[in-house]
Parts: sequence; structure tokens; C-alpha cells
Amino acid sequence: MKKLLVITGFVVFGVIIQFLIWNGIINNYYAQVFTLMSIFIILATSLNLINGITGQFSLGHAGFAAVGGYFSAIVTTRLDLGLSDFTTFLLALLVGGLVAAFAGFLIGLPTLRLRGDYLAIATLGFGEIIRVLFLNWKYVGAASGMWGIPGYTNFLWAYLVAVVTVLFIVNFMHTSHGRACLSIREDEIAAETMGINTTKYKVIAFTFGAFFAGVAGGIFAHLIRLLHPQSFTFMFSVEILLMVVLGGLGSITGSIAAAILLTTLTEALRQFSELRMVIYALMLIGIMIFRPQGLLGTKELSADSMVKWWAWIKKLLGRTKRVGEQVDNTKDS
Amino acid sequence: MELILQQLINGISLGSVYALIALGYTMVYGIIKLINFAHGEIFMLGALAGFFAITVLGLPFFLALVLAMAVCATLGVVMERIAYKPLRNAHRIAALMTAVGLSLFYQSFTIYTVGATPKAFPRIPVQTWEIFGVAISNRQLIILVTAISLMVLLQFIVHKTKMGKAMRAVSFDRDAARSMGISVDKTISFTFAIGSSLAAAAGVLFGMYYGTVHPMMGLLPGLKAFVAAVLGGIGIIPGAMLGGMILGLAEAGVSALGFSTFRDAVAFAILIIILIVRPSGLLGKNVREKV
Amino acid sequence: MTILKTVNLCKKFGGLNAVSDFEITINDGELVGLIGPNGAGKTTVFNMLTGVYEPTSGDILFEDKSIVGKKPYNITQLGMARTFQNIRLFKDLKVIDNVKIAYHQNVIYSVAAGVLQTAKYKKEEEEIAQKAIDLLKIFNLEDKKDEYAKNLPYGEQRRLEITRALATKPKLLLLDEPAAGMNPQETHQLMEMIRWIKEKFSLTVLLIEHDMSLVMNVCERIYVLDYGRIIAHGTPNEIKNNPKVIEAYLGEEVC
Repeated sequence: MKKLLVITGFVVFGVIIQFLIWNGIINNYYAQVFTLMSIFIILATSLNLINGITGQFSLGHAGFAAVGGYFSAIVTTRLDLGLSDFTTFLLALLVGGLVAAFAGFLIGLPTLRLRGDYLAIATLGFGEIIRVLFLNWKYVGAASGMWGIPGYTNFLWAYLVAVVTVLFIVNFMHTSHGRACLSIREDEIAAETMGINTTKYKVIAFTFGAFFAGVAGGIFAHLIRLLHPQSFTFMFSVEILLMVVLGGLGSITGSIAAAILLTTLTEALRQFSELRMVIYALMLIGIMIFRPQGLLGTKELSADSMVKWWAWIKKLLGRTKRVGEQVDNTKDS
Repeated sequence: MELILQQLINGISLGSVYALIALGYTMVYGIIKLINFAHGEIFMLGALAGFFAITVLGLPFFLALVLAMAVCATLGVVMERIAYKPLRNAHRIAALMTAVGLSLFYQSFTIYTVGATPKAFPRIPVQTWEIFGVAISNRQLIILVTAISLMVLLQFIVHKTKMGKAMRAVSFDRDAARSMGISVDKTISFTFAIGSSLAAAAGVLFGMYYGTVHPMMGLLPGLKAFVAAVLGGIGIIPGAMLGGMILGLAEAGVSALGFSTFRDAVAFAILIIILIVRPSGLLGKNVREKV
Repeated sequence: MTILKTVNLCKKFGGLNAVSDFEITINDGELVGLIGPNGAGKTTVFNMLTGVYEPTSGDILFEDKSIVGKKPYNITQLGMARTFQNIRLFKDLKVIDNVKIAYHQNVIYSVAAGVLQTAKYKKEEEEIAQKAIDLLKIFNLEDKKDEYAKNLPYGEQRRLEITRALATKPKLLLLDEPAAGMNPQETHQLMEMIRWIKEKFSLTVLLIEHDMSLVMNVCERIYVLDYGRIIAHGTPNEIKNNPKVIEAYLGEEVC
């Protein structure tokens, strides 16, 4: 019951924010930022399902977002279904997600038998192939991009989808199937010998990750109302990866926190967008060298861990206070 | 017949460029079992260095080539010391992510400092000769001669010098090499230096041939060269050369058959096939994880 | 009844013959040992039996059915479980989760049911949790069930690995050097535990070990491996006095 309360709380929170947006109390700029945060939460947590929870290093997440974006846009712009806006959008997102999931399944089957480094390159390669395919596909505008996508996305849509995504992944991790994925991350050979069909679960994680990335792509497409293959490059995949690594591979709350943090940083550095990528690159390198477990490691932000963080901060402050006192004492005498 | 020979020439020229880049991947993988993700960017930086050497410093082509190689060799050594050495004993994924970060860093830093717009690489005026009905340009000749000379030089270094022996020893068994008195750190640095200089050479040749350089130019050739290295057998030097040539010929063939829009897809198709059918590559041996 | 039989089993790595002409027979309920000097190929044999390596030639019959070419998870589902020489626990997972994973092969509820947290899911999860706790209780690990596996002391990690293997409900248990890193007292306790679990869980056990006191005291029959070939086979007493075995160990105390 506590869980239901928490979920309802989150939903209500989202509705309130949307209400404030509608009334102009929160202006459109912030509305857009919050919407982007939600989209990146979906992208980061879905990538975490593949990289952090199942331990498969995928670098092609942008490709799945692209598939979802384009196919959902096809539903809303190229097909005349005569349904209400709401239904059309919902359908579009589902289609985007499912096609992306299918792509994930097709790509996953051959590549998931590869070891870490090879898998990374293979997924990167596929991400690039997808991008090049869209670049050459006249139906969706090829290099000129796809214009005039209806602006169905608002904060509430993005936020609620984010809530659903997080809920799905959290629940998944508490099932035996989720544990199977975790065991693959921990020790694939041991997992196999404990009766886990590792290939099956890697593909499952990959497919679900791709699904949510596709939905996120669809939401993104209907926010910026224009799709271009250039939006889904390797750099985009790395941005999402950075969020996952920063938050901690395997920590869902970490991914959420990092997504919010980095979206904020992106906005703050809006004018210096080129410098921003340099900073992100340095962050990624720095994290891997100095704190590879990111902010939260594989753990989640919980009441326990917050208490521990607070105790650590207090200790740090206490130490500096004592040093300060010592300095004062020496000054007097 | 002439068409085939023509495509052979085109393919081998392109293949030589891929081979030079692939050699860097394969040598680094052989010695520290890491896919140097940032290697494609070294190729790009080499091209850029060559560009600046010619346009700003006014150097002739071959001096520019040498300078670019030297610059990237240094960069390779520095990069290894700063970013890869601390992670030598860490999880493989950590090193790979650092490499990804480095790759992004090179791309974004170059865009930030030099700008994203492509620059025109000063080119030697084209001269074509006809031999047996096949056209070969001076540019292709330069590529072929330079690439083959470098590869011969590499084989000499690897098989006839002390450093080359050290490289082979460290690839085989790092700890045994160390207890034989080989400086593992120096050997690894040397490997990065050579690999990076070859990629730089490839970059300059590429710029000279195609006429443009830009910060993102390393991504696709880098990926393709990686495929070439895997095709030949990652960690095996002749494999990289073989893989590069095969890839170059395959791409030339596909272009000739009229599917030039799918040229880039050839590399990925080869990657998929190789990884499914024979992941250790054409010249590779199957090495199992110790359980 | 024969539970495991290998026929002419061979494994080559390139030019190296790691294991050749390997033929053993294990009957239901036996406790058999596989010994030999370092590098003799014992773990390679285990890896072939569990499907981690594919044999170069020969056959492996588990309960009279060939299992060559089957994937490890299939073989485990058929009833063969193992532990590893270097302990392969799921380190960043809790003790209880390590055991719960071993029950996964029998789980019925689907991913959808799990995510939607249906009644079926809740019931099965409770059953799994209870079974895991019961098993941990038997091995005195229950009070550490929420501890992360990497934080356990060495001896308890070994125990957990055995517990986890038993959770897969095996008929044949392969133990790869379970006494590695243990002092004589711990080894003695291990000995008792192995005898006890064999009875309690109605198992057949195949054991790789270096520690002679363990092997001689616990095994009913022993196969001796040297350079990938079986050089001797018999009861502990027969093996103790076998000149070929003594030679293979080159003066090591075989007592």
C-alpha cells in the first residue's frame, strides 16, 4: 500500500506542475526543460537496464530513439487515421516503441553473444547504420529531415511516461527475471551454470531498453516538431551513457538524478554548446578514472543511504570545524 | 576486365588507408587487450595536423606527413599515460568507457577550437596515367607507395628490432615479459606511438585524396578500420593489413556495381558476418576465457 | 545406476592435448574424487562436463543421455550443478539473492506478471524466498541473508557457493577444489559437511581436490589425472600405494 501511495504522490506532483504550466505560472521555457528532463530520464533508465543491470555495454541507444522518433512521426504525419489527438499520439508512441523494440531484438540476437568491447562497437555500428538509413530514406525527408510534426508532447505526457518507465524497471528488478539479468552482470559464466539462459535475458533486456528509448524518441519528436538524423548521432548515445555512468551503473535513482543534473547543466551551458561536449567528455573520462561507480554505484538512493551521506557530510564539516578551531587556538597563544 | 583492374586499384588504395588505421587498433589490442576507441580520432587529428602543416607552416607534402605522424605519436603516448595506464588493471568496461570519453573529447575539442566546418585539404594537382587501359592517378600512387613503405617498415620493426621483440613478448604474456627485464610501460608507450603515427599517416593520405578534413571525419573510417582489424583477426598484424585490403576491395566492388549509397553498409555487413561466423577473424586463433 | 559416464573424452587447445581418452563412470549416490598435479586438466574436465567447454571429441552421458553440445544452463536444468575453483559468487548481490537466482529455472510467472505484480507473482516470490531462507538456515547463513556476498568471510563464501549450487536441486554435484584456502580445521568441517549434504540431499558428488586428507577420508573411489590422462583408478587405499601416482606427484605426501 505504501508503494501505491508513493506512486500516486508522484503522479499528483506531475499533474500539479502541468497545471502550473497551463496557468502560465511556470513559463514555457521551464516547461520545455522539465519535459526534456523527463525524456532523458526515460533514455537514461532504459539504457541502465541494458548497461547497468544486465552488464551489456550498448553504445547505440540513439539509434533506438531515432527509430522510435521517426516511426511515431510517421503515424502522426503520414497516416490519416481520423482518431483524436490523444489516441493518435498514444498509438504513435506505442508504434515507435514497438518498432524500436523489434530493432533491438534483431540487433540483439547476433550481437549479444559478443564480449564487452566487441558488443560496444557492434552496437555503435548499428546505431550508425540506423542513422544512415534514415539519412537516405526519402519517405521521411532524408537529409532535409522531417518537418511539421504536431506538438502533442507536453510536460505531463513526458513525465507520466517517465514514471511508467521507472516503475516498470524497478518492478522488473524485483522479479526473478530481473535477478537473472543482474546475475549476468555479476558473473555470466556462473549465471549460466546456475541454469540461467543468458542469451535470452540479454535479448530481453536489450529489447525492453530499446522499447523505452523508442518511446522517448517519439516524445522527443513531438516536442521539437522536427526530426533530423543529425539529432541521433554517436554523441547523443554518449550523452545518455554519461548520465548512466554518472548516476552509477545499476542505480535507477542514480540515473534519474544524473539525467536531471545533466539536463540542467546542458541548459546552463546552452550558449556554449560546443564547450559543453568538451566538458561532458572530460567528465566521462574523469569519472572512469577517479570514481567509476558514479554517484550511487549499484545502490539506490534510499533513506538509509541518505542518512549515511548526511553522516559523511557532517563528519567532513566536523573535521574542518576542528581544524579551524586548532588554527584559532594557535593564533591566540 | 579493365573495369575489374580499375576497381582493384581503387580498392587497394582505399584498403591501404584502412589497413594503416587498422594496424593501430590491432597493435594496441594485442598489447593491452583494449579497443582504443579514440583511434579513429587520431586519424582525424593526423589529417588536421597535416592540413595545418601545409597551409600554416607551408611545409611540402611529405614533411607535413612526417610532422603529423610525429605529433600523433606523441599524442598517443601522452593519452596512454594519462587515461589508459591508471585503468590497466580495472574492469575492461571502465577502460572502454574512458576510450569513448576520449573519442568524444577529441571530436568536441576540435569542433570547439577549430570549428565544425570542413576545411579544404590542399591537394596535389591530379595526374593520371593509363597502364593496360587502367587509370591510376598520382594520388593513388602516393597512397600506395606510402602505405606499403610504412607497412614494410612496421614489419621490420616488429620482427627485426629489440623493441619489436619486446612488443611481441608483452602481447603474449605481460608478466613473463616483465620478469625477463622488459620495461612493459615503455613497450606499451612505443606501441601506442607507432599505432598513432600510422593512423596519422592514413589521415594525411585521406585528406590528400578526398580533399576535405573535418572534426567528425574519424568516426566512420575508425569504425570501418576496426571492422578490418576484426576481419583479419584482432591482435594480429598481418590480419589488419589483410582485413584492410579486403574491406577496401569490397567497398570498391560495391560502388562499381552501382550501390554506392550502401558503401558504408559494407563494413557493417562484414562485421556482422564475421562476428557470427568466425569471431576470431580470418587469421585468428580462438582464445577462451579461463574458467 | 550410472549417473555419469564419459566415453573417450578429449579436449585439445590448438596443438595442446589438455585432456585425452578420459573415461570415468559414476554411479548414483557415490562420492568420487578426481585428483592430480596442477595443470593435469581437472578443471578442464569439469568445464566439459558442465558445457562451458565443448569437447574436441568423445561423449558425455548424463543419466544415459548425451549432453555434449548442450548449453550450460540446459545441463544444470537436467540436474548437474557445480562450484568453482575461484569462487564465482554474485558479489554485488545479497546472499539471499545469490540463492534465489538458483531457483530461477523453476519460475513460472512471466515478465509481464512480474512487472504488474500479480497475485501469482507474489505467491511464487514468497515461495522462492522461503525456500532460500530454509536452505540458508541449513548452512548457518540465514542471519547474513541481506549481506552483500562480497562482504562475507572466505569460508562463508565457499559455503554460500555450495548452498547456491544445491538450490538448483542437482542430482550430481561437482565441487572444484572446495577446500582451497582452508586450514586443517576448516577442511575437516568441510569434509563433514560434504558427507552430510550427500546424505541429506540424496546427491552424487564428484570432487576435485588437492588436499589429500580430504580426498582420502571422504571419497569412495578416486581417479588420478596426469597430463590429461587417467593414470590410476581405485579406492583410496589402492591409490595411496600406487607407484604411478606417487611418481606423478613427485614426492608429495600421498597419505
